[in-house]
Amino acid sequence: MRDRRLLGLAAAALAAAVAFLAIGLKGNIAFVLELRLLKLAALVQVGVAIAISTVIFQTVTGNRILTPSIMGLDALYLFGQMLMVFLLGGVGYVALDPQLKFGLEVLVLMALASALLLPMLKSRLDMGLMLLAGVVFGVLFRSLHSLLARLIDPNEFSVVQSASFANFNAVRTDLLVFAAIVTVIAAVIAWRARHVLDVVSLGPDTATGLGVGWAGTVTGLLLLVSALVAVSTALVGPVAFFGLLVAALAERIVDTRRHGVLLPAAALAGIVVLVGGQTLFQHALGNATALGVVIEFVGGLVFLLLLVLGSRK
Amino acid sequence: MIRIENVSFKHRTTPILTDVSLTIPKGGVVALIGPNGAGKSSLLSLVARLQPLQAGAIDIDGLPVDTTPGRELARVVAILRQDTTVASRLKVRELVGFGRFPHGRGRLIEADHAIIDAAIAQFDLADLADRFIETLSGGQRQRALVAMAFAQGTDYLLLDEPLNNLDMYYARELMRSLRSVADGKGKTVVIVLHDINQASAHADRIVAMKGGRVVADGTPAEILTPETLEAVFGFRMRVETIADKPFVLHQL
Repeated sequence: MRDRRLLGLAAAALAAAVAFLAIGLKGNIAFVLELRLLKLAALVQVGVAIAISTVIFQTVTGNRILTPSIMGLDALYLFGQMLMVFLLGGVGYVALDPQLKFGLEVLVLMALASALLLPMLKSRLDMGLMLLAGVVFGVLFRSLHSLLARLIDPNEFSVVQSASFANFNAVRTDLLVFAAIVTVIAAVIAWRARHVLDVVSLGPDTATGLGVGWAGTVTGLLLLVSALVAVSTALVGPVAFFGLLVAALAERIVDTRRHGVLLPAAALAGIVVLVGGQTLFQHALGNATALGVVIEFVGGLVFLLLLVLGSRK
Repeated sequence: MIRIENVSFKHRTTPILTDVSLTIPKGGVVALIGPNGAGKSSLLSLVARLQPLQAGAIDIDGLPVDTTPGRELARVVAILRQDTTVASRLKVRELVGFGRFPHGRGRLIEADHAIIDAAIAQFDLADLADRFIETLSGGQRQRALVAMAFAQGTDYLLLDEPLNNLDMYYARELMRSLRSVADGKGKTVVIVLHDINQASAHADRIVAMKGGRVVADGTPAEILTPETLEAVFGFRMRVETIADKPFVLHQL
């Protein structure tokens, strides 16, 4: 039954991808197709990266409402980026090889995330406290980001400004290969850790009793989440509620929290929503609004709904 | 054998355990009794390495709990904490299956399924096996958690107040199951109990704690005397012998 639902999701993802590539194909087909393929690859990566990182983050925190972006991880990424512009100067930053730059940004995010969030995750906090801390962290990282933005030269600010907003129409294709490597490695690690993730969802005591060292495992998982957040933020910018939306969607569809099913389901749901949505907006709605806005709107509604319904614990 | 040597434990500055030394030989049921806040649960979580050791040493079958890899230890000792909550949406069979995690890292082979089925049958969970944990009553959930600890198949079983929420029937069944694995398979069960009479009926040995120290240690007949009980719990209670076992009428 679950396998059938998973297959259904896979079929939907495939259909979305084909529609994205094929609808309205005209003119220089090879050129358009290449362009679309690149964009598709980026969207798929973003969908997968956000979905997997959200599921892992929710499992570690034992909390169905939190996502890395609600905890401000993507803001932290932008802060790291701004910090590099601040330290290197706009020219130095632009002169850096984009892949090297991205690699550096990933490392900076991993370091910042583990320094700031690990103490909180060492023991599981009560959900209300965690949510509160998350919101405060999010605000803190965003404020740090804008503080630095005020400190740097306006010319240098323009270098980073474009990266600060979610944009599914203008994805960064120059980072694609490097980001793909990171995403694939992270996805493979997440898949191999699926049983460990199941145990982690039982909480620190039970996990320790079953031989999963809590501190080490949580550190590893947080680094994994950081890498995935860096990928998606670098490619399209911060998206607050998309992860929540696809994680909640996937869980409703496969009706389980077992990661062997949930991880692929969430990744596929991410692809369906992102690629399918983008296709719909480009062709059916004539780019009337941006997909990012709608996803945030729907995701925000889901967030409120989960809060109100007390999200089945 | 569990060896606890000069273990002290502080929560911030409050001393919880002071210089506790205890040796629990292999095989048998040992009951830990004592008033609230005596340090029973803390001692159990230190033995199960749920809390880092601050002072002293603990080893199980020669494996020091602070340096042995968690995975190796998980095949030797299983723990059920008091008030364990299951946040995840799981079915009873899945939860019990987690007990096999230390052996196959999540991959269940034929033998694992047999052990899981046996644990489910032993705790009368067959009818509930496909129910979600959150739909169970407190006592049913408790039985599922005990079954999971059983399925872990370790030689040592540490249970912190497992009789919580259990009705008389299942409390007795659980104690009898513990007795039978101790007798039949030579397992060692360390169990925190508030119901002293369960300890009297089913334990080989009772260790009484108070204020972070072991204050009495012996067979049920030696410990369950009005004098010792008064020293531990702070009030006088009647003790009657029924079927050669001391029973404490603490309700009177």
